Amino acid sequence: MAQGVRTMSEIVLFKNIQKNGPELFPAGAAAIPACGYDDYVKNGGYQGARKALKMAPLEVQQVVKDSGLRGRGGAGFPTGMKWSFVPMDFKGQKYLICNCDEMEPGTFKDRALVYGDPHQLIESMIIAAYAMQMTQGFIFIRCEYRKGARILEQAAAEALNHGWLGKNIQSSGFDFHLDVHLSAGRYICGEETALLNSLEGKRANPRSKPPFPQVYGFLGSPTIVNNVETLCNLPHILARGAQWHKSLGLNGNAGTKIMGASGRVKNPGLWELPLGTPMREVLNEHAGGPSRGKSFKTVIPGGLSTPMMTPDQFDTPLDFDSVAKAGSRLGTACLIAFDEDDCMVAATANIMKFYMRESCGFCTPCREGIPWIYETVKAIAEGKGEEGDLAVLDDMARHIFHTFCAFAPGAQGPLLSAITTFRHEFEFLIQKSQCHTAGGAS
Amino acid sequence: MISDALKVQLTGHCGHYPSRRVGLIFVMQKLQEHYGGWLPEEAIREAAEISGVPETEVEGVATFYNWFFREPAGRHIIVVCDSISCYLCGCDRIAANLERKLGIKLGETTPDGMFTLLPVVCLGNCDKAPSIMVDDELYGPVTADMIDEIIEKTASETHGTRRAHDERNRPV
Ligand SMILES: Cc1cc2nc3c(=O)[nH]c(=O)nc-3n(C[C@H](O)[C@H](O)[C@H](O)COP(=O)(O)O)c2cc1C
Ligand code: FES
Repeated sequence: MAQGVRTMSEIVLFKNIQKNGPELFPAGAAAIPACGYDDYVKNGGYQGARKALKMAPLEVQQVVKDSGLRGRGGAGFPTGMKWSFVPMDFKGQKYLICNCDEMEPGTFKDRALVYGDPHQLIESMIIAAYAMQMTQGFIFIRCEYRKGARILEQAAAEALNHGWLGKNIQSSGFDFHLDVHLSAGRYICGEETALLNSLEGKRANPRSKPPFPQVYGFLGSPTIVNNVETLCNLPHILARGAQWHKSLGLNGNAGTKIMGASGRVKNPGLWELPLGTPMREVLNEHAGGPSRGKSFKTVIPGGLSTPMMTPDQFDTPLDFDSVAKAGSRLGTACLIAFDEDDCMVAATANIMKFYMRESCGFCTPCREGIPWIYETVKAIAEGKGEEGDLAVLDDMARHIFHTFCAFAPGAQGPLLSAITTFRHEFEFLIQKSQCHTAGGAS
Repeated sequence: MISDALKVQLTGHCGHYPSRRVGLIFVMQKLQEHYGGWLPEEAIREAAEISGVPETEVEGVATFYNWFFREPAGRHIIVVCDSISCYLCGCDRIAANLERKLGIKLGETTPDGMFTLLPVVCLGNCDKAPSIMVDDELYGPVTADMIDEIIEKTASETHGTRRAHDERNRPV
């Protein structure tokens, strides 16, 4: 990771994490000591919240709207607009929930933010809660991040001691209570309505929308669910202004984005870059190019549930609209790279196994369709494919998305792109019973 | 059976929310810890009583989430990520090595009750693939050589009673 490359972007979200060394995460994110309260404050921490508490809640919402911030949980929905659906005149309790379920394969950005700089997230939640006058918040964190949950609990205790949580925050008259909820597992909990059911102590089956959580969410009350990274932008936007945030991205995109790369790259890792940075730059300059001296075959751009992109598309700027225009989705902007020696049929089998195992089982196309797809792809990968298998996959891939939530469409993304872009690999295997790459996967 | 003190604590936790049910997952996590890493029938009954949720629904919750166990699990839980980045970096070899070393298959527990070996989805450590987790500790990138060392280190830390182990494995 070249030092010069990072200065291309202003470091915002990683500011308190980077000073821990020349390499961002030397021995795994879990190994970096979290930035404590004193260091956080010394580095300008809690200034954004201080400013927000002196403004009217709707003014804070307006700043966030003006900043152009879009959700980092995958869909890129404008955060200010999402917030504006919360009925401010609602008399009862409203809830703010931070989604730290991070289980999208290939994605590892929220872990870095939580383990490295917990106060940044807490300050962010204070700002969001104040803007929507929500007095109770939850951080929903996946079970495998239990060390992170402890880091957050410690930071929350520090924040409470310093008058940043609890009653009458900094004598502003605003109360905000924050609980860390350690999940008990399952990928589907990341889907926001499934998350709400899980938090209510139920099986994590998604709910049908509408009604949307902004109006009818946790325990039937207005609720906002935001991703960790989305929230972490708030202190900086408040402290430095909407226009400043807008100026950070390239080609009219607002803000920085944590981008990652894993798989067949030389230097896998995370980098905070301007939204709109070309994929080629991330792959070659930051991630050091292909790892095995081969050339890249394809990249899944935003966590597993986004369609594959090919080398002719590597100049695509990594921002929500450009990647969508290229036929995929920015998703979490954590790239998964494959090289020419990877068998895409075997890889697709691995991908489908994930969706098969993690389907919550509520909707029939997802529960029954994905195992069927998996068995078919696996048979082809093992050289047991039959004439007609591709027709089955074509048909299934076009129907599994008739479901309650976006899980099955998530499975559809990589599947459809694999059987379209790498159709020749499937055909070769069906005809010759061996992979065209001879070696298969790793 | 749980102590009155624990029961009072868990009941208090549920009472903290507008709906007692919100506390259910936490209650089940604590009960699982109390019963040495799994939820026997008794725990399901107690969770139902404490949270006010019908037993059948507590069972539904217990069987939905992968970090609840309805049969005895090993003192140490080893999970091997088999999602895409770890797959590309050789997680199948790591899983096979662990199976050989422990003499069990994925999904099984060693006869001495020391280790349970399970597959898991992406651990959010993809830049350090292949990754595994042993209890609370994350390892990656894992090589075949490291496996013996990790297993021995984990086993040697298991001294004394189950209680000592349970303390270390507190989920929160
Ligand atoms: C199957 C599935 C899994 C998801 N997992 C996550 C997740 O782990 N973390 C997350 O922030 N959003 C996840 N999402 C998106 C959430 O539903 C939701 O859109 C997001 O938390 C909104 O946050 P944002 O507006 O800040 O982007 C998932 C969506 C689906 C369909
Ligand atoms: S794919 Fe294994 S840690 Fe992400």
